[in-house]
This record gives sequence, C-alpha cells and structure tokens, in this order.
Amino acid sequence: MNLNLSDEQEFLREAARGALSRVKTVEAAREALEDESVLPDLWPMAIEAGWPGLLISEERGGAGLGAYDAMLVAQEAGRVLAPAPLLGPLPASLLLDRGAAKETEAVASGELKAAWLPARPPSTYEPNWTVDPVAGKARAAAPVATVDGDTVTFDGVVAWAPDAGQADVLVVIGQDGSGAAVAGVVEAGADGVSVDHTWRYDVSRRLGTVTLKGATGTKLAVSDEDIAEAWYLTQALIAAESLGTVEAALEVSVAYAKERFTFGRAIGSYQAMKHGLVEILRRQENTRSLLIYAGFAFSDVPAEIAYASSAARSVAGGALDFAARQQIAVHGGIGATWEHDAPLTFRRAQLSRRLVGGTGDATDRVADELFAGRGPSAQAA
Amino acid sequence: MDLNDTPEQAAYREQIRSWLDEHKAQAPVLQGEGALTDPDEILTARRAWQGQLAEGGLAGATWPKEYGGQGVSPVDGVIISQEMRKARVPGILDVIGVGMLGPTIIAHGSDEQKSRYLGPMLHGDEVWCQLFSEPAAGSDLAAVQTRAKLNDDGSWTLNGQKVWTTNAQFAAYGLLLARTNVDIPKHKGMTMFIVPMDGEGVTVRGLRQISGEAEFNEVFFDDVTIPGDSVVGGVDNGWGVGLTTLMFERLTIGLGSEGFGYNGDRFARAIAGDPAAVKDSDVRHQLGEIAAELEAIRWTGYRSISDLQGGQIPGPEFGLAKVTTVNNAVKAGDLIADVLGPEALAEDNEWAYMISFLPGLKSAGGTEEILRNTIGERVLGLPPEPRLDKGIPFSELRAKEKEGAAA
Repeated sequence: MNLNLSDEQEFLREAARGALSRVKTVEAAREALEDESVLPDLWPMAIEAGWPGLLISEERGGAGLGAYDAMLVAQEAGRVLAPAPLLGPLPASLLLDRGAAKETEAVASGELKAAWLPARPPSTYEPNWTVDPVAGKARAAAPVATVDGDTVTFDGVVAWAPDAGQADVLVVIGQDGSGAAVAGVVEAGADGVSVDHTWRYDVSRRLGTVTLKGATGTKLAVSDEDIAEAWYLTQALIAAESLGTVEAALEVSVAYAKERFTFGRAIGSYQAMKHGLVEILRRQENTRSLLIYAGFAFSDVPAEIAYASSAARSVAGGALDFAARQQIAVHGGIGATWEHDAPLTFRRAQLSRRLVGGTGDATDRVADELFAGRGPSAQAA
Repeated sequence: MDLNDTPEQAAYREQIRSWLDEHKAQAPVLQGEGALTDPDEILTARRAWQGQLAEGGLAGATWPKEYGGQGVSPVDGVIISQEMRKARVPGILDVIGVGMLGPTIIAHGSDEQKSRYLGPMLHGDEVWCQLFSEPAAGSDLAAVQTRAKLNDDGSWTLNGQKVWTTNAQFAAYGLLLARTNVDIPKHKGMTMFIVPMDGEGVTVRGLRQISGEAEFNEVFFDDVTIPGDSVVGGVDNGWGVGLTTLMFERLTIGLGSEGFGYNGDRFARAIAGDPAAVKDSDVRHQLGEIAAELEAIRWTGYRSISDLQGGQIPGPEFGLAKVTTVNNAVKAGDLIADVLGPEALAEDNEWAYMISFLPGLKSAGGTEEILRNTIGERVLGLPPEPRLDKGIPFSELRAKEKEGAAA
C-alpha cells in the first residue's frame, strides 16, 4: 500500500503552488470586495498550467489525468483563495470528453472556456434531477430538456453556478419527460441564454445564474452515471479547495498562538486555545483521508464515488466552518477586521457551505447511500 | 496511489491465508451459533489457539526471530490482522503482552529475562498484564505512588495499588511501574519490575463498569517480595522503559482501530428497518456525519500503513483517530437508542453494551484532553502549559499537592 503522491503528482502540486504564488490572490479577494474589477483573471494562468485539459483524454488534446490530480490543484487554489476556474470548467471538461464533443479539443487547449451548470442526481426521496434554487430550501427542477435528434432545447433557471459567467460554452443538464437526464452543449451567447454574472460575500468565487428560454445546443452523448460523476467531482473539488483553505488557516493561527502573549505566556499554551487548534488539525486530517478515498473511488471503484466524495465534502465543509471561526477566535478582535485575512477565510466558508447542493446535502447523501446499501464494500487488499 | 500489496506482501498474504484455511476449523467459536459460554473454557480455548498461532508464525510475527517471532515488518503484521479478520477467527488472547510488554522486554530486558519469559508469553502459556495506571496516576502516569523498597538481601518489597488492569485475573506475570526513589523529581525515581501475579500479598479484584461487566481489575500489593533480578532496564530508569511500552501501545491501538467494529454501515443497518427514521432528515444528517468521520478513520488507518511501509513511524497525530472513533461511536449510540427507544437499553442489547462501554473508553490510554495537549505540543509545536512539578523531588511534590488541596 502506497498512498504517497507520485513524482508527477508532487510536480503538479508544486507547479500549481508556484503559479498561484505569482498573483496576490488573497489581497485581491479583499480589495475586490470594493472593486470587483481588481480581481485577477486566472484563465491565462490556468491555460498555461494546462488545467482546462487536465481531465480530458490525451487523444482529445488533454493531459488524461484523474480526479485526484484535479483535487491537488483545487487544494492549492483553496490555500490562497484563488478565483481559479476549476469548479465550473473541470466537470464540464469531463462530460465533453466522455461525450466526445466536437468542442473538446478547443476546451483542452483553452481556446474555449467551458463551465457546467451543476445538477444533482436523484436520491431516495428526491427522484428528479435538481439544481440549486435562486432562494429557498426546496431544490429547483433541472431545466426541461426537449430533444430533437442531435439537438436539445432547454428551458429553466440554474442559480449560483460557479464560473458560468466567464464561459464561452455551457454544459447544461436538463431532464426530459421520461425523467432521464439530458446533457447538452449550449453556447453562452446563443439565443435564449442569459447569464447573470454575480458574486455573494466571497468575491473570489465567481458565480452565474443562468436563465434558459428555448436555448438550443448539441446533445451530448453521456450517461446518467457520467452526469452524476460530474456532480460528485464538483463535491470532491469543493472538499479539496476547503482542505487547502483549512491548512492555511491552521498555519496562520498556530503561528499567532505562539507569538501572542497574555498573562505572561503564549496563548497557544492555554489548553482551551490548544484544543481548538488541535480540533482544526483533526478535521483537516480527516478531510485529507477522505480525499484519498474519493480519489481512489474515482480511479478504481466507481460504485463508491457518490459515497466517498459526499463524505469528503461533508467533513471538509465542517472543517472549513470550524477553522474559519477558530481562526477569528485565536486572533481576538483583530481577527474580525479587515486588518486581517481571517474574514476572507470566513467569507469563503460561509459561501462554500451553501453552493452546489451545500454541505448538508452531501451529508444527507452519505446517509442515503448507506440506507440504500451502497456504502463501502471494497476493502483495501 | 496504490492500495495493492507489493509482490512480496502478496506472497506473504497468500502464505497467511493458506495457513488460516488449514487451521481455522480449530479456532474457538466466540460469537454466534455454537459459541463457547463458560469463561474457563473460553480462556483455555483461546490460550490453545494463541499457541497454534505462535507455532504458525501468526502471533508476535514482528518480534525478532531469536525470540520466537518472524522478524517481519509492521505492515506484514497488519496483513496478518486483516487476514484473521477476514477468516473470522479470534485474535491472540494476550494482545497486551505480545503487542506491548514483550517488545518492551526485548528492548530493555536482560538476556535471562528474555529467555525465561518471552517464549511462554508468545504461546499464551503465561498471560501478562500491564501494571502502570493507579487511582491517582492515569494521564499523569509519572505520578505513580506504588513503592518498591530495596531490601538488604537485594530483593524488593512492593506496596501500593494499580487499576484498569486488563487480564490480571488470569495473568501469570505483570510488568509493574513503581517508585524507587522519592527524593528526586518524579520522572526520574521510577523502576520497571516483573511481578508474578500469584505471589503472596497480590490481590486481584474485578472492577465492574457501567455495563455491569468487569473487564478491568484493581490489583493490590501488600508487602509483596520479589527478587532483585526482577528489575527491567535498570533501577530508576522506569520512565524510559515505560515510554517504550506506550509507543508500542500507540502502534497497537492505531493499527487496530477498525477492530472495534464501529462503522457507518453497521450503524445504518441498526436503524434501516425503521421507515420513519430512514426518512427523518435529522436522523439522516446525524448518521451522515458519523459515518463520514468514521470512514475518514478507515482511510487514516491506510495512511498510517502507507507511512509504515515507507519506513516512517506514524506521527502522534494519528492518535486523533481514537478521539474521532470514540466520539462518533458515542453519537451513534445515542442516535440508535433515540430511534429504537428503551428496548435498545435492554441489558443484553448490543447497543446498550456499546453505550455503556464508551464513556470509559474515552479515557483509556490517556484522556482526550491529554491527547489533545500532546498533539498540540508535538505536532503543532504549541508551547506546553506551565508545570508545577518540574524539577521538584517527588516527596516534596506530594506535600505541596496536599497543601494546595487544603488551601
């Protein structure tokens, strides 16, 4: 058994860290709260690093890497709150490649920017494909898909889709009259497509609410399993980003707890403070373990992708929430001001837990898979 | 990422598997149909089974060959545990002896001690117990008060009390940490001894837990005399010897955390038959959180095996696996009993047993609070809390503590 990163994976991670270090992403996440235009466009960096084609097979111009490799990049982006185009583009690229879409090579090379509009696979008590609603607790119906030969027309609204506002092509998931999921490639500028580019609370995450009114595109030849995989890949990527953010929060908090003194001693020596920091570590390491599991499921045990990536998102979400609040607490009052980066972590945590189904939905999915008898069966040798 | 065995490991696994295929019919049945019920019969059968496992090279396999082991790596040791679990045969009877105390004697014992004690320990002929904890020395183990006084003829006389002693009721020997010098600071004045449990003045009393069962014992020593060659690792060097035992304890517990059988799948099955619970979003949320964290621990275990394979001893942060395991099992017990109602608390119910077992497990092997302190200091590098016992002779420390309590 060897769970260490391969040399290639180490290289991929170091390269991502190196590229991201050349842009002041954390500063930008603060400044852009007042002036969105200062937020750096990381598409050129992503293209240079080959991220858009990371998951696309080599014969279609991609790098042919796996989900775990993509998670390593997401983790680095999360460390520095980078507005890296990953959550929208990577699952889109997975579906384009699976469906052998004609746009795939252009997406791999970065000529075309793609984003998918996340759709949640059915579960025991929600038999339909659903999307994030504009507001409210109820899930929204996935866009209605009308198929006519190789073309498909969509009607509906998908809210809060990551990176949708920057995309040239959208991978839309709808549901047809029979209840089956239908994926289609729609140009962002096509008739009947309107994209409301926006952000909420955490400006380093670009979002788009997409309204489709008779928007027509090319039907993508992918299965329900492929589309479900795109959803779980998004869950795993959010988990990986969260892990990176938690790592950074823990490092900063530990350093401060060693240098800040009260009543004649470092605050990190107080048990209450120490235990809070160790709790971040505990959740961080649990997340790391589950990301390994999720990576293994994507590469080796497709039947456990839903369970593993949902478990990862669930634990990662809890870790990020906890770390964000603890980081503020360790730093005292200053941690709740713009003088410090802790509020940016907090903003990231607040938004992340409510995107793409939300952390709570991932937790519910873990239970759903278990009750349905689809928990972990494959044991390591 | 590779979860597969190396070719050597695969061959070793095959060897273990074929031994088990050949011998598993002789393993004692402890659960289910045809299970043994008489405690004496169970003990005899488990001793014999440990002997067989030792003969087959499955007990104490990580011990060096010269002491009866196979000299295999910790990862091969894990392979044995995995295969035994798959074959559904009981493990060895004396996990504490073979997993922790034997390796301590191998590291610190005299040649005579090694040749006298290790063989019978490995084969289950002589079971051992660990006599470290005391009523006032648990997480702060260096506070032990059991006294060993040197007699003129070179023998030692023991007086004091130990507690939480697993297997003491049928152990032949114990490894005992006692204070031999009260005039020096507490970590320095202790010595490790080998003590025969049938000696005059040794009293073992079962300690009933919440469940009503007595899995642990209290052990009393009243003027117990043991020979001078009972010392392990030198007089006043007991702390260093004890740290070796605790390191092996961490390894034993860390690599065996799956062995408790606490996992999301099992907990889900306990409530899956209740249609109202399966639909209840609060129940689902709680189960999801519990299952996800326990799943993380399974993979944390694989990470530690991967580290071992790379030649690294898993770091202290792996101790957090115990915190996660216990706390989630506590939540699961509450959830299951909330769903099933009072019937879950029937005396012979498996969940009642688990619910009763866990509050004690929380403190076993060091409390959660101490564990978090240790990890905060060793892994995160946070400064320790100021201590009032550093550099103070043990005798004065006791006086100060009494003063403090009176104030």
